Amino acid sequence: MEGLNLIGAGLACVAMGGAGIGVGTIFGNYLSAAIRNPSAAQQQFGNLIFGFAVTEALGIFGLVISLLLIYAAPGASAG
Amino acid sequence: MLQVATDPMHQFKVEWLFPENAHWIVGGYNITPTNSALWMGIAVLFILGFFAWSMSRPKTVPDRKQSMGEIWYGFVAGIVKDVNHEDGKPFLPLIFTIFSFIFVTNMFGMFSGPWGHTFTPMSHVAVTGVMALFVFALVIVIGIFKNGFKFLKIFVPSGIPLIILWFVVIIEIFSFFSRPLSLAMRLFANMLGGHVALKVFAGFVPQLVVGLGLLGGVMAALLVMPLLISITALELLVAFLQAYVFAILTCVYLNDALHPGH
Repeated sequence: MEGLNLIGAGLACVAMGGAGIGVGTIFGNYLSAAIRNPSAAQQQFGNLIFGFAVTEALGIFGLVISLLLIYAAPGASAG
Repeated sequence: MLQVATDPMHQFKVEWLFPENAHWIVGGYNITPTNSALWMGIAVLFILGFFAWSMSRPKTVPDRKQSMGEIWYGFVAGIVKDVNHEDGKPFLPLIFTIFSFIFVTNMFGMFSGPWGHTFTPMSHVAVTGVMALFVFALVIVIGIFKNGFKFLKIFVPSGIPLIILWFVVIIEIFSFFSRPLSLAMRLFANMLGGHVALKVFAGFVPQLVVGLGLLGGVMAALLVMPLLISITALELLVAFLQAYVFAILTCVYLNDALHPGH
């Protein structure tokens, strides 16, 4: 049953797909709002980056699980 | 030689600056500088030197060199003012230091020269982890110092119906304690991932030369070049953006500590 943790590591990367959808939603909505009201766009840039960072964190948690499975799991193949 | 040139992880290797027989041993600890420490030191000296140069003989109407320093400072001051308003003033030097340090180390990491590749200290979770833990500890200390027991309201958002409040509190506690993890991993993963991608694409060039012969390889490498240039441009953006994100998240967390329960 060796190597199953590598499959798990790959599965954990699915989290990045979700983070991709979330980040796309944030930037897309920001862009459509900014085109409707360009004068208010600059004030919301900080909120945009904050939302982007918090959303991206969830994808990064998936990456952490993936790295743990590759390098730190019992019987990990690499490392 | 080709192995070293195409191995994408080689650039992250921490190495002693001095050979084994010249190590600095103080009290049983090996404190010999590494290439990571070297590039952190260069970044600090660069920041000090840049602002000393920029602010030498300041004028009321700034000239070019003074404008560069003022734009840099004004940018960070703008972040702190937007997020923390007037309460953020005492923390401006801290945020400025954090932003400048991450920004300059990341930017130096993008360059290479006759000395080989530069080192990106932020591509190691040990470095980003210590910085994130520092911010985390600072938020707790300042929150308790300013608010006392009211700091615990940070876990209890206002305006939530009592029925689901317990659930929100659990989520808030989890989210609070995952802050240093996400803060450290974001910076680390972005710098590591970007540099690996850059190196993997650059590694195609020697492989093309090996596979297609010198002339064909060089012709094919010319096709890879626009891709490499655009990835490099993207990485320069990421280097800046991650410094900005770290600074703005530090501001937001400090704001939570100053005004818990909002």
